[in-house]
Amino acid sequence: MTAAIAIQGLEVVFDRFRALKGVSLEVREGESYGLVGESGSGKSTLLRAIAGLAPVASGTITVNGKTLGKTRDKPFYRDVQMVFQDPYGSLHPRQTVDRLLQEPLAIHGIADGEKRIERALDEVGLGKGFRFRYAHQLSGGQRQRVAIARALILEPSILLLDEPTSALDASVQAEVLNLLEEVRRRRKLTFLMVSHDLAIITHMCERLMVMQNGEAVETLTASQLIGHRVSEDYTRNLLRASEGFVRA
Amino acid sequence: MSAETIQSRREWLLSDRPASRLQARLGRAYVAWRRFSANRLALVGMLIIIALVAVAALADVLAPYSATVGDLKNARLLAPSAAHWFGTDDLGRDIYSRIVYGARWTLYVVILVAIIAAPIGLLVGTVAGYAGGWTDTILMRITDIFLAFPKLVLALAFVAALGPGIENAVLAIAITSWPPYARIARAETLTVRNSDYIKAVQLMGASPFRIVLRHIMPLCISSLIIRVTLDMAGIILTAAGLGFLGLGAQPPLPEWGAMIASGRRFILDQWWVAAAPGAAILIVSLGFNLLGDGLRDALDPRSGDQ
Repeated sequence: MTAAIAIQGLEVVFDRFRALKGVSLEVREGESYGLVGESGSGKSTLLRAIAGLAPVASGTITVNGKTLGKTRDKPFYRDVQMVFQDPYGSLHPRQTVDRLLQEPLAIHGIADGEKRIERALDEVGLGKGFRFRYAHQLSGGQRQRVAIARALILEPSILLLDEPTSALDASVQAEVLNLLEEVRRRRKLTFLMVSHDLAIITHMCERLMVMQNGEAVETLTASQLIGHRVSEDYTRNLLRASEGFVRA
Repeated sequence: MSAETIQSRREWLLSDRPASRLQARLGRAYVAWRRFSANRLALVGMLIIIALVAVAALADVLAPYSATVGDLKNARLLAPSAAHWFGTDDLGRDIYSRIVYGARWTLYVVILVAIIAAPIGLLVGTVAGYAGGWTDTILMRITDIFLAFPKLVLALAFVAALGPGIENAVLAIAITSWPPYARIARAETLTVRNSDYIKAVQLMGASPFRIVLRHIMPLCISSLIIRVTLDMAGIILTAAGLGFLGLGAQPPLPEWGAMIASGRRFILDQWWVAAAPGAAILIVSLGFNLLGDGLRDALDPRSGDQ
């Protein structure tokens, strides 16, 4: 199987601050890969670097066999799409859902817009009644569904998920995660998912990488994480922290 | 129309699941209108502006006399009366007729300045804000240079260079009034350029041109409309000031500022010559200010997430 995303020695520097210090990673085609770590560990930065939203200082990123340069071209965006963490900030406040979904189609000159928009809304479980609503007329979970529909409308093969459910409450979280699972199975997508929630990562991903301070700590499979068969102290601490408070 | 149909229309407008693009847009406009019309003073302002437009449009019907040709022999400096509501000036022209025709020139100045200055400011501000770096520095330093001059003095210099006349006055006012709009547009752009929804459009592969035009400008437009409306009074006063100094409208054009200037000579004995156009400027400026305040309440993007 070929690698959907291959990263070699990636460094990202923001004004002298090294957010990523030589991270390497390989995500297989059709795989769901998780990135875990505390806040500031560089996991979101890694995602943004792939999308072209973070300044890459050195290292290479290869997507579907093509090595990316400084700028991304249009075909890249048809292959790779992203869902952001905050559903309240990722939808334009003055555009209807219809307008939001039309934009990518207009940019890429795709003709069968009407059908695609209807299909995309159906796919994420929002009916026609949502098509002409503004973002402020939607709940958090509905907004995130719209964001997923927007990411899927270009029919990408890779979806970057930046904590897609951390801003939602527990029941809605489960719905959105199930939706993502379903979409992945149906479309055979590759997921690269960031989360600080180990339960979500073990539920959604087959393999994962633990990150700390911009560096990779270790790479595990989900079953290794569930069985606590980890080799690094940091990961052990992370596991303990995720079990929550224990009454003494 | 019965009460029920009004009720059902309102429900259609306020529906949270609009069935078409048109309904969504109308619903949004209706919400803004409701917020606007809740403000009585704003409605008064709007009525004044509507009246100004109506007077300008119907000047030929409303004015009983010619605005430029007077009766020098019999009608010089007459006090207000039934025949001449606001009296006559030193050339025997009916002041009421001149004010009615003057409304056209006031609107002409205001509209031309707005459609020249606002787009320039919007474009400079959004491009500077979105591009950042050198583009931003260069564009904003140019803006700063324009801002460093007192507005009226700069306008005076331009008119002196271009020659007196109402077209040149419009141009001079437009050239001096775009920098604040550029500042506002840039500030708005900076607050949204790093938001996730702009990032999301970048990830669609949209060109910077498209992002600025279709995603950033619509967010800047409401604060710009508010600012332009509030500036209208200032524009009218600057135009009147230029007219007063003899650099704006030239005689016999019935421009309000020039009318005050010509009435200055007899302001103690024949007060109505200067008072009538002065009152007209006052009322129209007040109207624009009230309208602008109302629009701020109705359109302000920070009040709620409409």
